[in-house]
Amino acid sequence: MSAVILAADGVNVAQNVGFGIIAAIMIFAALNVVITKNVVHAALWLVVVLSGVAAQYILAAAEFVAISQVLVYIGAVMVLFLFGIMLTRAQIGKETDLNNKGWALGIPVGLALFGLLAWVILDAFGDDVLPDRGPAPTVMLSDQFLSIYFVPFLAISFVLLAAAIGAIVLARKD
Amino acid sequence: MLAVNFLLLAAVLFAIGVYGVIARRNAVMVLMSIELILNAVSLNLVAFSLMTGAIDGQVFALYVIAIAAAEVGVGLAMVLMIYRNRKTIALDELSEMKG
Repeated sequence: MSAVILAADGVNVAQNVGFGIIAAIMIFAALNVVITKNVVHAALWLVVVLSGVAAQYILAAAEFVAISQVLVYIGAVMVLFLFGIMLTRAQIGKETDLNNKGWALGIPVGLALFGLLAWVILDAFGDDVLPDRGPAPTVMLSDQFLSIYFVPFLAISFVLLAAAIGAIVLARKD
Repeated sequence: MLAVNFLLLAAVLFAIGVYGVIARRNAVMVLMSIELILNAVSLNLVAFSLMTGAIDGQVFALYVIAIAAAEVGVGLAMVLMIYRNRKTIALDELSEMKG
């Protein structure tokens, strides 16, 4: 409700409206990812969610992260998922046993988790307004990466190399 | 714009992802739900970066993206190996370690 009051005060209505539209699309797509009966459709709905996250990054003035999201998630991870689906499934189409026997347990767990998170978030950040900053320059980001986050940067390079070699070793035929 | 907008959206995505991890039987679908969870976390990090004006949140979000890429690569390779050995990737049939 405070969002409505702020919007009435003229605090960046366009940004709020854009956020709301993208958020609604994202939630609809995310629900479809977890309830659809078709594995390929789930992967395609996941593309919608990931694009929505990239759009939200742009709204949050994080352009480099948004571009990385598009390149890495929509470009690489989704291709991996589609390869995984095609290599592990005989038929492409509707499936009846995609859910566990105890799948209904997930609904109360998810709702309880969301309720708890929403309560904590509203309690802690109930009326914090995000300042209107311009886009963060990529130079700042690279300065951080090459100064105080340099050792983690090397570590993550090593993790990626190890993951690539591990994936090849695991997936090799013999 | 309010900070709770981003945080509540991330909470919704996180809860949906947790539901997917619990409910799904297909290993690839579980990996997709994990992607939802990771995206929710990095959305939070970027929102906090905007809130405080420090850029560290975006650095962490980029680390999360890199870790997610590595995780999906290894995870799908494992799923492929399980499929090759067992002809199934239903998670409830992989119960050798059950006591």
